[in-house]
Amino acid sequence: MTREIVVISGKGGTGKTSIVGSLAYLFKNSIIVDCDVDAADLHLILKGDTGTANNFIGGKKAEIIPEVCNECGLCTEYCRFGAITEQDKTSKNNLIQYAIDEYACEGCGVCSLFCPVQAIKMKDNISGEWFLTETKYGPLLHARLGIAQANSGKLVSLLRKKAQELAADNNKQIIIDGPPGIGCPVIASLTGTNYALIITEPTLSAIHDMERLLELTRHFGIKTGICVNKYDINKNLAASIEHIAAGKGLKVLARIPYDSTFTQAQIKGMPYMEYTRNGISKHIEQLWQNLKEEIAVLKNIT
Amino acid sequence: MKIAIASGKGGTGKTTVATNLAYLLSHSGNRVVYADCDVEEPNGHLFLKPDWTQTINVYVKNPRIDHNKCDFCGRCAEVCQFNALAVLADRVLVFPSLCHGCGGCFHICPQRAIEEIDRLVGIVKVGNGRGVITYEGRLNIGEALAPPIIGFLRKTIEPFDLAVIDAPPGTSCPVIEAVKNTDYVMLVTEPTPFGLNDLILAVNMIRKLNLPFGVIVNRMGVGDDRVHEYCQQENVEIIMEIPDDRRIAEQYSEGKLIIDALPDYAEHFKKLCRRLIPHKTAGV
Repeated sequence: MTREIVVISGKGGTGKTSIVGSLAYLFKNSIIVDCDVDAADLHLILKGDTGTANNFIGGKKAEIIPEVCNECGLCTEYCRFGAITEQDKTSKNNLIQYAIDEYACEGCGVCSLFCPVQAIKMKDNISGEWFLTETKYGPLLHARLGIAQANSGKLVSLLRKKAQELAADNNKQIIIDGPPGIGCPVIASLTGTNYALIITEPTLSAIHDMERLLELTRHFGIKTGICVNKYDINKNLAASIEHIAAGKGLKVLARIPYDSTFTQAQIKGMPYMEYTRNGISKHIEQLWQNLKEEIAVLKNIT
Repeated sequence: MKIAIASGKGGTGKTTVATNLAYLLSHSGNRVVYADCDVEEPNGHLFLKPDWTQTINVYVKNPRIDHNKCDFCGRCAEVCQFNALAVLADRVLVFPSLCHGCGGCFHICPQRAIEEIDRLVGIVKVGNGRGVITYEGRLNIGEALAPPIIGFLRKTIEPFDLAVIDAPPGTSCPVIEAVKNTDYVMLVTEPTPFGLNDLILAVNMIRKLNLPFGVIVNRMGVGDDRVHEYCQQENVEIIMEIPDDRRIAEQYSEGKLIIDALPDYAEHFKKLCRRLIPHKTAGV
């Protein structure tokens, strides 16, 4: 039975990717998905041979054909995203020349639909690439969203679909490294998963962000557990996290102290658990053991 | 002058830089706005502790179907690029979280059976935080689209001459919305492989948008030299370095401003201000 575990944090930089790397090492042979498609880093520690890049067509973008455009300006009235710009240069009729601001265009197609002279075409927009990399820890699905592109949620959904296809014939679990935040790519990473592991730290910011994330996982009805990283940088706030978790009936799966070797593993380009079995490794191992217990009791996917 | 603080990687210190900078500018006699555009997880308020004086609702347009007028022709679902409408035999389903509010369905409906209603997706709060005019965007939990709130917030602060904009992490649409048309972007990173990888993505993004920018390296000493090597190769200016100091992490954890709690760091920020905005910082 396939289970999907998503690792998220709300706030960035709490240690999601490093922890996912170690979990991938410990689980052996999971399917691993890096859903932080804006800023994917997991491949830097899992390595492996990156397969060919596959284009991701996330949507469409409008394009104005200047020779056909009669400069009526109707498109500017229809566009709700301010994506139609008026060019300075003098056009053929000494009127205004219109163009599309590709960063503002959301690809809704309304301008094209209502252009009276059919001067606006909607073109497929290659908004990123995705990869299937064979690592020694299992297959890794990751992506690179094109620079300044939208549709990160769709790209996340595509990666997860590919992972589910790979997992379909066997008993492997899928481990998802989620993006920061609570918006579109997070929702796409979270929906339909079986377990959400939140990596937080004892700072006011991380706790604030975790509380918003807990509302989100509750909203989607996903079983959630908490891992406190850098547990010892603020004892009082670490206690607040315990209090919040207890109040919501959530388990704290691990309390990992701050340790500078955590970054050293990243610099060496390998999962922490492979880099050393000293330092904080016993805490990460504890996290893994507790996580296994948590997912063992999950009901079958319907 | 509008200054945006961004980063590819999350948790590198954007909010630390932005709040300290805004506080310093404000306490040097400038009228400055701090705008928290990380609307999914806004944290600036934890440091500036504003007294909120105003809350503005942010809405997007969503279709509402008048089933008495609708003849289920399906045109609306056909033109919708975001799969936000599904036309069944006897009713039309609207999926609000997928709707971008483009108005395509509303305009195309032959029966005029669609009206547009406002749907609340978040808020913008306004207040005064330790002398800094503070604006914060906050996305409602469960909502997917941050850009409408960021766009609204950017428009709201447009009249101010001096603004410090705290952007969300990443390189995709919410970040673009936060940094576009600013006068300078500070990219905050850390000297680690993840920091470098995400810095390169962020630099490529900012270059594509053609904005002037510089790099701030936070937690100097925690990693290696590769960020510096990259900046040198690419002719990217490093405008500030912040050491890896446990005291900073501790003050940060409690919601304290570094320049307040650790005055030895105030000079770092003063230098940054003088370098970037000399005409505004006579008082710094």
